[in-house]
Amino acid sequence: MTGHVHRDDLGARLGMWLFLVTEMILFGGLFIAYSYMRYRYPAEFHHGGGELNATLGIINTIVLLTSSLTVVLSIVAIQKADKRKAIAFLATTIGLGLVFLVIKGFEWAAKFHHGLYPSAPHLGTLPQGEQVFFGLYFTMTGLHGLHVLVGISVLTVLARMVGTGSIRQDRYIHLENGGLYWHLVDVIWIFLLPLFYLAA
Amino acid sequence: MSGTHASTAPPSYLVDTGTRKGLMAWLTTTDHKRIGVLYLGAMVTFFMVAMGVGFVMRLVQLTTFQKLISAQTYNALFTVHGVIMIFLFVIPGLPAVFGNFFLPILIGAKDVAFPRLNLTSWYFFMAGAILAVLSLFTGGGAPDTGWSFYAPFSLKTGTNVSLAVFAAFVLGFSSMLTGINFITTIHRLRAPGMKWFRMPLFCWAVYSTAWIQLLATPIIAITLVLVILERFFGIGIFDPAKGGDPLLYQHLFWIYSHPAVYIMILPAMGAITEIIPTFAKRTIFGYKAIAFSSIAIAAVGSLVWAHHMFTSGMSNVAQIVFSLLTMIVAVPSAIKVFNWVGTLYKGSIDFQPPLLFTLTFIFLFCIGGLTGVMQGALAVNVHLHDTYFIVGHFHYVMFGGTVMGFFAALLYWFPKMFGKMYSKKAIYASWFPMFVGFNMLYFGMLILGMLGMPRRYYVHLPQYHTLHVVATVGSWFLVLGLLGFFATLLYAIFKGEKAEDNPWGGLTLEWTIPSPPPVENFDEIPTITAGPYVFPQEAQ
Amino acid sequence: MSDYTHDSHVSTEHAVAHPGYGIFIKVWVALVILTGLLVLSSHFGQSYAVWGLLTLTPIKAGLVFYYFMHLKYEGALLKGVVLITIGTLLIFFALLFSDVAFH
Repeated sequence: MTGHVHRDDLGARLGMWLFLVTEMILFGGLFIAYSYMRYRYPAEFHHGGGELNATLGIINTIVLLTSSLTVVLSIVAIQKADKRKAIAFLATTIGLGLVFLVIKGFEWAAKFHHGLYPSAPHLGTLPQGEQVFFGLYFTMTGLHGLHVLVGISVLTVLARMVGTGSIRQDRYIHLENGGLYWHLVDVIWIFLLPLFYLAA
Repeated sequence: MSGTHASTAPPSYLVDTGTRKGLMAWLTTTDHKRIGVLYLGAMVTFFMVAMGVGFVMRLVQLTTFQKLISAQTYNALFTVHGVIMIFLFVIPGLPAVFGNFFLPILIGAKDVAFPRLNLTSWYFFMAGAILAVLSLFTGGGAPDTGWSFYAPFSLKTGTNVSLAVFAAFVLGFSSMLTGINFITTIHRLRAPGMKWFRMPLFCWAVYSTAWIQLLATPIIAITLVLVILERFFGIGIFDPAKGGDPLLYQHLFWIYSHPAVYIMILPAMGAITEIIPTFAKRTIFGYKAIAFSSIAIAAVGSLVWAHHMFTSGMSNVAQIVFSLLTMIVAVPSAIKVFNWVGTLYKGSIDFQPPLLFTLTFIFLFCIGGLTGVMQGALAVNVHLHDTYFIVGHFHYVMFGGTVMGFFAALLYWFPKMFGKMYSKKAIYASWFPMFVGFNMLYFGMLILGMLGMPRRYYVHLPQYHTLHVVATVGSWFLVLGLLGFFATLLYAIFKGEKAEDNPWGGLTLEWTIPSPPPVENFDEIPTITAGPYVFPQEAQ
Repeated sequence: MSDYTHDSHVSTEHAVAHPGYGIFIKVWVALVILTGLLVLSSHFGQSYAVWGLLTLTPIKAGLVFYYFMHLKYEGALLKGVVLITIGTLLIFFALLFSDVAFH
């Protein structure tokens, strides 16, 4: 197919947003499950939340918020045709994403160490509401972590595309869409922080 | 290839024009028409398999056959029948086949918005299908939970639920990607002058459906993921032994699975709305009412899920709320039926096979719809819950509605898709046993359910035997009719007479282009100046 | 994924001047401050923590949506898509709690 191939950037962004709709509803289902169970076990959820390391949760929040900023700044850079800055911002984002995962890894490791994981013998001795709490904790942070991993991979590819010049000042829709995905991952964490670490 | 339109007509989409030939050309195509045909081939195959399974299930109810099929096998059979029919046929059915093939043509576009994503959806669909088939023969054997995978049984059973559930997850992904594609296509690719209220009503139906696909499917996706996590790691969210709640599973399952019913029926209604004006030779009665009722069905239909749970121990408040919402969703459906009949009234009826199946749709759908309203009433529901009445009801809606709508659409668009005409006599001949058998089978089930026959039982009490025999004999007629129907169409693809470009005298855009359509659909993108169904004799 | 062969639409969006670095850095500062408030509110006890969750978190998410995800600069279509999604989720919550809250 040669000839008149037109680009429809708004169409591409619409497609991406519709995909984000499915992601929002996907996590929405988990938030529904969370509130259902929290309503049923308020005291156990409170106690379960106390077991989590709030400091690490807050640090991770700042890490993700900052990574969200650097993604949007890389778009500004590409709009200004500043390729080097765009790549630097993206690299920062990827780095922060990895920092997030490492911190998360330490957190999970500590929970495993204390026997607070699904089907653990120790967890089985705790009240039922706390078992559900940790089931939800691992499911939701785990699924979120998976999204961070996917986001890091996508951003790595995008950084390469900026390097080769296939993403440039007059054609950066892929970067915008990749950024949208990363921001959504950030938004989900914005909700996870108070649900598990603070308000529980 | 574009830009070099020679004086000769451009080749049809069925001719390989690229570097790849034959099967490889089909498997790598991004042409929305070829993808539609790929879906059609796959789905008809799955339909035949699940039909065979249903046929065997009915034989079990003739007690002589119980020597051949054990109770455990029977559980696997109804699960497989449900999973295949629901996830591989009726949910993707009309949007994937006719939405893909005709949505771009009906709005005057050359393809969907994301052609490669469209092919990806098909591969997800096939991957899901293959996983579903694998789940029957691997692990602990075919799942025995019923298609609804209710917790806690689905968490505990030794059969291969995990893989079957993962298959449904993959199929859901395919469904969502198709939805994304269709919404973007309708928003961005309408031809000049194709305003929203000039779109054929099939497009409105597909549009509404696509929104439900996006807003509801992710809920089942996450629910199925939770079932898998529960089986592998014991996270305890649905498991009462660990503080979980099976009722939460039911809520999450039906938040998707009831709207899924409207994913199934809305596009069928859309196809029916295309067919009726063509054969009544007059414009549709109440265009906007039909368009908005599609949106209303999609919206309200997403809010009635808990009427599947009236006997599960919900709060009284929830029961009343969901009973009321269930009654309300009947209104937009009734608006559509009213408008279809209103269009036929005083029309110049041209009686052809697609119209016969359309009228069959309306008749059977009305029975299905009205029995649905009956179950929406709380007191009646307690009596009918989990009986054959439910089975009869949803077969009237799913089979009598969606599948008959699918058949009507297939008969209507077949000459356009393949450029061949089928034998109308053979279609009429296979309709008759189909219709008689259908009503023997499923009306028999309605009565059985009223009398108290529970669904999914391997054996039945003697007082139900006569009706079971009637239903089983009906299933034989039904299968006979279905085989005749598919054989007629298959024969027509290879040996049928060449079809005209506009055999039915339709006015929408697909009838302005050759049969079968050329690769790029339109030589030149048309400019639209009027609504879709303005017949000349009415303009006077 | 954005390529397709069609003659009629050429997107003219983004032809206008783009926002610079400054606005996004300001939004980031606001997000960090809101996170601080959220943490602070959780130290005053359960009910403050819940109120903090219900008010500050949506504001934070809204800022990310509106600025970082460029909704501010998009037309009605994309804004509508987001509103429909949020509305749907809220209705799902409300209907579910018609069961849960009256057990």
